[in-house]
Amino acid sequence: MSGQTIVKIQKEIFDPVQECLPLTQDRKDLGALVTFTGLCRDEGGVLQSLEIEHYPGMAEEEIGRIITEARRRWPIEDVVVIHRFGMITPGEPIVLVAATGLHRAEAFEATNFLMDFLKTEAPFWKKQHLHVDGAGGWVSAKQEDEAAAQKWLQTQSPS
Amino acid sequence: MKALYFSWVRERIGKSEEDITPPDSVKTVGDLVNWLRGRGEGYATAFDNEKTIRAALDHVHAKPDAMIGNAHEVAFFPPMTGG
Repeated sequence: MSGQTIVKIQKEIFDPVQECLPLTQDRKDLGALVTFTGLCRDEGGVLQSLEIEHYPGMAEEEIGRIITEARRRWPIEDVVVIHRFGMITPGEPIVLVAATGLHRAEAFEATNFLMDFLKTEAPFWKKQHLHVDGAGGWVSAKQEDEAAAQKWLQTQSPS
Repeated sequence: MKALYFSWVRERIGKSEEDITPPDSVKTVGDLVNWLRGRGEGYATAFDNEKTIRAALDHVHAKPDAMIGNAHEVAFFPPMTGG
């Protein structure tokens, strides 16, 4: 069975639970639903808001390519990716990645893979706005995020 | 071709997009970076460190040695920090 893919790039806040409900509705064949929700952290109370810039058009296409690669590697069913842009305040969700499968291994691994590549390949950039006047700036890419994505490239597809 | 700039590349150059007409000698993404660097102080600052600049040709990530060919749109930006 070929599953459905839902990609949303939006400014609006979302409810991760509501977004995942359709994935398991009227399905009796599934064995796993794995979801990851990335939240805006207050960085110990100093962060006022997070501003996310994206590259419209490429963002959708790049996420599509990442999902295609995940589907090539694991027999997952449905996939949902939601990524917000604009101003986000601490406590709000930023990103949702969810995958269903007949077994948990593929759903877990595919979700992890999708998240690692979303962070390093999807064209989104975070800018921090701090409570201190005028403080903040663009978030630098982390070496460990790059390393997390690179490790998948050293593992072959299971098929 | 259309050039797009994002994040601090956009801020340093002072615009989010423009139409550019590089000379025929500009064949690769790296050539284009070198050519843009000569267009003014903002560009020089934006393209100061090649290691921190990423590029895309028609919405696909492109390395410095990638041929520009007939691409309609080129974009420059820092390493991604979404998710």
